Amino acid sequence: MLTELFGQDDAAILQRWMDNQLAGSGFRPDRISRAELQENATQFLSAFRRALSSGSTDIHGADWAAVRHVLDVLSASRAERGFSPSETATFIFSLKQPLFDRIRGLHEKDGVKLADTTWEINQILDKLGLYTAEVFQRSRDAIIARQQQEVLELSTPVVALWDGILALPLIGTLDSARTQIVMETLLQRIVDSGAAIAIIDITGVPTVDTLTAQHLLKTVAAARLMGADCIISGIRPQIAQTIVHLGVELGSVVTKATLADAFRVALQRTGLAVQKQLPHERKPPAERDRTSGGSEA
Amino acid sequence: MPVLISATHGIHTPEDVVAVRQAVRQRAVELGFNLVDQTKLVTAASELARNTLQYGGGGAVLIEGIGDGLRRGLRLTFEDKGPGIADIDEALRGGFSTAGGLGLGLSGARRLSNEFQIESRPGEGTRVTITRWR
Amino acid sequence: MERIPILKMGEYLLVTIQVDMHDRVAMTLQDDLTARIVSAHAKGVLIDISALEIVDSFIGRMLGDLAAMSRVLAAETVVVGMRPAVAITLVELGLSLTGVRTALNVERGMELLRRRIAEQGRDGAGSD
Repeated sequence: MLTELFGQDDAAILQRWMDNQLAGSGFRPDRISRAELQENATQFLSAFRRALSSGSTDIHGADWAAVRHVLDVLSASRAERGFSPSETATFIFSLKQPLFDRIRGLHEKDGVKLADTTWEINQILDKLGLYTAEVFQRSRDAIIARQQQEVLELSTPVVALWDGILALPLIGTLDSARTQIVMETLLQRIVDSGAAIAIIDITGVPTVDTLTAQHLLKTVAAARLMGADCIISGIRPQIAQTIVHLGVELGSVVTKATLADAFRVALQRTGLAVQKQLPHERKPPAERDRTSGGSEA
Repeated sequence: MPVLISATHGIHTPEDVVAVRQAVRQRAVELGFNLVDQTKLVTAASELARNTLQYGGGGAVLIEGIGDGLRRGLRLTFEDKGPGIADIDEALRGGFSTAGGLGLGLSGARRLSNEFQIESRPGEGTRVTITRWR
Repeated sequence: MERIPILKMGEYLLVTIQVDMHDRVAMTLQDDLTARIVSAHAKGVLIDISALEIVDSFIGRMLGDLAAMSRVLAAETVVVGMRPAVAITLVELGLSLTGVRTALNVERGMELLRRRIAEQGRDGAGSD
């Protein structure tokens, strides 16, 4: 019976297991302390013992919930800290040797029993090892998805250039997922700020293919439905050629070579103009701030 | 693909079309779709529900939340026992020329979904199935 | 039967669509609005759709029809307050609402109407 494994000198099993982990390549002193490892191991052994005493060997069953919980927490925390999958699974596999030794001690004289028990415990530990790897993988996927989302959000800075004029400087490749976020962010900012004009600057976009162009045109069309105008700026000569070769219909979308050109159009449309002041029209700083007694006064 | 939730709604009056929109919105929210995807699904459902009512003489929609470990989606199956569509390709080609007719409803619903299937036999009825993944 | 309220604000009419309209309500709105443009001698119409969670091809066509009908009755129409998710979906659906003027909100829509009507006044005066 598997329950016989524990109950006598359990500390020895823990000690052997710890020694194995500390000696093995899975131990990362830079990422986990000895004390934390010892705590993990102690928690696992106590849950493992209780699960074995239930008589069930189905590690996905209710009797093994506590064991799975210990492994869930452990794997997720190791995924966060940058452990590799095999380093994480070694936590379980390094328990084999101490347990096999214990089995040998218990059934030294009964070869059949020795083989059966070893096989049984081996199977359970393999399943738990695989379970650890799966949880680890899921945690990593979740981390990657979260980071992707963060990067996407970081990469769409909508800035206000002037009252009623927004700019969206795009840098990097525009794929469907990113364009979706770009589109939603820009349109939401248009609503929030009440800006009538938005400039989408693609100076930092290396290439424009048909799909990217379509995404941009859809953004412009959606903004127009909401009552805002878009200008696309930063169209490099190479991209202008590509757009024509691809046969992309820009329709009535206003395009400009540089952000400055687009800004000028935007100012015009909102009825504003930038004017150069002649020297005699400039007010000296002192006139605005007499108390400071500036030397120019 | 396991079905997580499922419900059927009859489509016999314009009010039913509104009820279908609301039911689809609720399911989409429960399944965690973002606002834009919810809007696309509800709009597609509205087009197809109206087609079922106007051209199919009424029918029903089966709303199913489906998913496995990896992804979740919403599947809508609109079914009627109406006159059917003789030329499906022609009906799907719809755009501005047939705006408001069967055309934009069908082709629009297709553009708003990830998967689209249509079966129709003249005299027997039409079944349109769309799926959108989260 | 439910009806969509039409408010008179000076020379303009304000229609606020707040319900998830079924198709008959939308058809009634066409009758009500055209009648009201005539009786109120309205020069402009603002249709506020900021409460609408979707605009499908039917509602899209209705908005286009309302704008065209108003134009025939010498009133300008501006559709205001379309939500971003609705706009993205309409583009995906393939509807561009050609012939419909849009503005971000009621205030902007009002400015646009004033400007348009002033331009028309000038044009009208010039041709006399």
